[in-house]
Formats: sequence, structure tokens, C-alpha cells
Amino acid sequence: MLIYALQYAFFAFSIALLLNLWRLYEGPDLADRILALDTIYINSLALLIILGIWHGTQLYFEAALLIAMFGFIGTVAAAKFLLRGDIIE
Amino acid sequence: MTKLLPSPLLSLFLLGFWLLLQNSVSVGQIILGSFLAVGIPLFTHRGLDYRTTLHRPKLIMEYLLLVLIDIIQSNIDIAAIILLPSRRIRPALIEYPLEIKGEIPLAVLASTITLTPGTVSAELGRDGNSLLIHALNVDDHEQMINDIKRRYESRLKEIFKC
Amino acid sequence: MTMIELPVWIEWCIAFMLIIGATFALIGSVGLARFPDFLTRLHAPTKSTTMGVGSVLISSIIYFSVVDTFSFHELLITIFLFLTAPISAHLLAKAALHLDLKRVEQTQDLRAQSAADPDKPK
Repeated sequence: MLIYALQYAFFAFSIALLLNLWRLYEGPDLADRILALDTIYINSLALLIILGIWHGTQLYFEAALLIAMFGFIGTVAAAKFLLRGDIIE
Repeated sequence: MTKLLPSPLLSLFLLGFWLLLQNSVSVGQIILGSFLAVGIPLFTHRGLDYRTTLHRPKLIMEYLLLVLIDIIQSNIDIAAIILLPSRRIRPALIEYPLEIKGEIPLAVLASTITLTPGTVSAELGRDGNSLLIHALNVDDHEQMINDIKRRYESRLKEIFKC
Repeated sequence: MTMIELPVWIEWCIAFMLIIGATFALIGSVGLARFPDFLTRLHAPTKSTTMGVGSVLISSIIYFSVVDTFSFHELLITIFLFLTAPISAHLLAKAALHLDLKRVEQTQDLRAQSAADPDKPK
């Protein structure tokens, strides 16, 4: 049962990542692209966690935590650049 | 006591954070974590601009539970809106009159609004008396404002006493 | 996949959380691809994806707590995501309003009239 659930989760997150990539390519504005990147990092973090369950190891946890932190900082910096045209004031 | 522990809640949070990060509750980690939990606030408490006091701990738990239930509810709503192709969505930009004051209560309210049913807080008014909300699907905006006021803002007012 | 024998009900529990989480994350991304303008697109990932990843992390907590020893550190990522999702959504919405991005035509803009005439019928 767990194997099928894991396979389904891999499948669903891969499709989600493809949809996000499409939005990243298509997105009419810069804000859409930033939003797509934001969603991409959250989805790939979940993919890493599922890979950790699949291999039965906790080695991927630190990578996921770092992705979460740097992704957030990147989104905030990009949004601030859109807002002010400058990041460090 | 107040000299050594300027903000006990922050110290407790730091200890919990350290134990979670190390993923163990052994004696050594607790001692090391306690050193950090006492030491870090001593160096940083002068730099904390925003301070607030929390009242009514029981109400805080109730509020967190309410927000959790509403997050699940809002996710089901959004999923229905996304998956049903025929439904026409009616987005709206709504100005929400604020009653509470202070940076931290406002931040908590804005985050709650973003995480719960169909609304994203977009901008704080220049005078600090209103919050601009973008809602995904609104039929009656007066009722939505009343809902937010009754469910979240009145409880936050009691928690922060402002 | 290293298979470890688990009690059946725990296995079902983990599988249930995984399926719920993956479905919600997928729905959020579908919404990101389908909605007509930026401000409506913002709703889908901030809610659905956060909740989806949250339940995947909870299933990871249950799995490693049963298989290995007591393990709660995935809770850190969950709390972090739930704290930061509203902030990035707020900043992006603010940027979109500043740049005055295109909105779909049925958007009801209640900004000016609510200041001038609060009792105006909808």
C-alpha cells in the first residue's frame, strides 16, 4: 500500500512541477514568474521529503530545510525588487 | 530573573527549536540548548523593536485550532473552485476597516487572512486604519467583512488586549 | 525501496496523508496554470501547496517515528512554511497592485466606493 501511495505522490508532484514550469515559461509578467518559482521550490522540497521516505533515510532533511529557507529569501528579494527596483536600501 | 531572562517566551522557543533541530532530547542537548536559550536573548533583546504581551493562553490555543480548521476548510473550497470548470469566479478587492492597532497583532491578522478562506491580504492602508484584501469569490462583501471581524479580529483583540 | 514491516493501520495512515498532500499540491499547481489573472493565481499556491507539503511532512514524521526513533524535526519545515507563505504572498500581491497588473474584467473593485459611500449596495 505504502509503495503505491509513494508512487502516486511522485507522479502528482512531477505533474505539478511540469505545470509550474509551463507557467514559468508562459507567465505574462515578472510577478507570475516569481510566483511560479516560489511554487517550484515548495514542490521540489516535498519531492525530496518523499525521496527520503522511499530510501528510508533522513539525510535529505537538511537539504529540504535549506531549500525552504533560501527559497523564501529569494522570493522576498525578488518581490522587493519588483516593488522598489532595489533590494538593499 | 528579569535580568537573566529578558523574554522567557523567546528562550523557551529557542530551546524547543534547538531540540527539534538536533532531533534528540538527551541530557547533553538540553543543557547546551539551555545555554543558548539564555545566552542569545541576552545579546539580542536590546535589538527587538516590537514587543508585545500575550494574555489568555487558553484563548490562544483555541485561536490556533480555529485557524487550523479554517485552513483545511479553505483548501477544500479552493480545490472545488479550481476543479469545477463551469463555476464563474467573481474576484474582488475589498477595503477592510481595522480596529486593532500595533505591529504584531496586525501581522498576525494579515497572515490569518491570507491562510484562510479565499482571501489574500494585499496592502496596509497608508494611515494604518484599513487593509486591502483580494478575495477569490465573493457574493456579499459586507458579510465577509463581518465574518472576519467576528471570527478573528475580536479574538485577537482579547489576546493582545489592544 | 527498502521495505520494512509496519503495522497495517499505520501504513494506511501514512499512505492517506501522502495521497491527500500530493493531491492538494497538484490541485494548487493546476490552479496556478488555469486561473485568468495574477491576483487570482496567487490564491492557489499559497493555500493548496502549503497544505499539501504540510501533510507530506506529517506523513514523514509518522513514518520515521515508527521505523526509526522518535523524530519530529520535519515539524520545523512545516512551521516555517506556514509562517512564510503569507509573507511572500503579501509581498507579491503588493508588487502586483503597485505595477497595476491586468485584472479580469469581472473583478469588483470596491476600493474607492467603500471609502466614499460605505452603504452602497453591492
